[in-house]
Amino acid sequence: MTSTAATPDAVEITGLSKIFNAGRTNAVEALVDVDLTIAPGEFVSLIGPSGCGKSTLLRLIANLLEPTSGTVLVNGKPAATARKEQDYGMAFQQSGLFEWRSVVRNIELPLELKGWDKARRRARALEMLDLVKLGDFASHMPWQLSGGMQQRVAIARALAAHPPLLLMDEPFGALDEMTREHMQAELLQICARTSTTVVFVTHSIPEAVYLSNRVIVMSPRPGRITEIIDVDLGTDRDEDTREASEFYGKITAVREALRGIELAAGPRGIEDR
Amino acid sequence: MSGRLRRAAMFVVAMLLVVAGWEAYKAVGPATGGDVLGFGILPRTNDQVMPHVWSMITGLFDPAQRTGGQTVARVVLEGAWYSFRIALVGFVGGVLFGMAIAVVLSRFKLAERAVLPYLVISQTVPLIALAPLVAGWGGKLQIGDWVWPKWMSAAVLGAFLAFFPVAVGTLRGLKSANAASLELMDSLAASWWRTLVVLRFPSAVPYIVPALKLGGAGAVVGVVVAEISTGLKGGIGRLIIEYSRQATSDPTKVFTSIFGAALLGLAMAGIVALVDVALMRHRPKEATS
Repeated sequence: MTSTAATPDAVEITGLSKIFNAGRTNAVEALVDVDLTIAPGEFVSLIGPSGCGKSTLLRLIANLLEPTSGTVLVNGKPAATARKEQDYGMAFQQSGLFEWRSVVRNIELPLELKGWDKARRRARALEMLDLVKLGDFASHMPWQLSGGMQQRVAIARALAAHPPLLLMDEPFGALDEMTREHMQAELLQICARTSTTVVFVTHSIPEAVYLSNRVIVMSPRPGRITEIIDVDLGTDRDEDTREASEFYGKITAVREALRGIELAAGPRGIEDR
Repeated sequence: MSGRLRRAAMFVVAMLLVVAGWEAYKAVGPATGGDVLGFGILPRTNDQVMPHVWSMITGLFDPAQRTGGQTVARVVLEGAWYSFRIALVGFVGGVLFGMAIAVVLSRFKLAERAVLPYLVISQTVPLIALAPLVAGWGGKLQIGDWVWPKWMSAAVLGAFLAFFPVAVGTLRGLKSANAASLELMDSLAASWWRTLVVLRFPSAVPYIVPALKLGGAGAVVGVVVAEISTGLKGGIGRLIIEYSRQATSDPTKVFTSIFGAALLGLAMAGIVALVDVALMRHRPKEATS
């Protein structure tokens, strides 16, 4: 994961710490001394029990939070600059679609804020809708779509400006199991086609293993990285991958890493699915 | 369509029930009033106090002056139209002012804590006391060739009652934008102003619509009361006063002016309903009020 002169690392984190309410009696060490480098095109999942700081780490990369110490570089630029230049797109557990805007106008939002003219915006948004296979739903309102479709619109919106980096915070957490697996497969296809780097926060071990090149296992109090597990299930993962012994092997590895944390910290909300 | 038809029918039925109730009490109630547990709360039912509904309606077509001329209905309608225009100016002014206040208060937390109590207190000042003051101040105002018209005082008082529910409703609405959407706008490096226009304001619409209903009613009350207490001629407020003075000679007249005031309120409610439909057109059905 070393950077070359031509292409900077997608994300480069050094000595990152975040303490909420620093200096007060209710101070919480959300993250302590995190180092992490993510190469362009990589798919990285952050997994760990509640309170391990995975969402905090994602928000520090997104510059939605300021670090207490340490640095975050996105695309070789400071995180604040990267945010201003829309170098990343973001998707959350709640799709966060604007219910008063049609599907296509929701996708246009980031482009609108970039100052694109209407025709260019519309053309790109329709292109993104085709990418997430919702070409026929451009003029629908968000509340007319199912949860899975809404999440696809949210992904289309996050990718509309063609950012090199996609940050996702449990985007499939509210979906049923079948839809969830379907969305995972589609996300992989979309990212391969657009060669987008992804940082993906999840509670689900199989989800992390299926999607990722690397699974970052984190532990709480204080939040830190305890183990990084490389996964190589190949580029053409499909439904059979979910039944391969290699897949189960990696799930076991991640589970054991998490169990190590649980033994130390007591049981926490890890979904075993 | 059938739903709309049914609602119209229900409105007519409700009107008929009110008329029936009035006439029923008039038929059985004590002519000289009555006591309940020692309190004289039962109204007298004689024609002086409670005229028949049909005599109120025929009263509409009597000449307004003893010397003849225009019918009462014509005078009442013209008065209602005059007051309606003033109330509309007051309403629009109050809505704009209320929204502006809400935007400022939502921007600065300190301002909210400092100003909001005063807004609440402002609504406890009796309008009757405020009306002559506003008329007095307005009368002294002159900017270049522009002189403060008398009706403007009534419009200001209408705005004074209209702005408050709008300010409170909008403020709540601006804060109702959901956290994920706000974070999204943040991640897109959207400015405060763009976030206001693109996210916070549209999120506030379901809160603004019911506030507009209250504001519309407030504007009407404010204007009618201001007309009465500043003695502004031409409006429905003045007619109510005039006609209630004539109650001894013609008891139906004051009721015709109340019809006018009701019409004025209905017209305002109609306008607000149109705004409601326009604003909530694309919203999920369960979110409409």
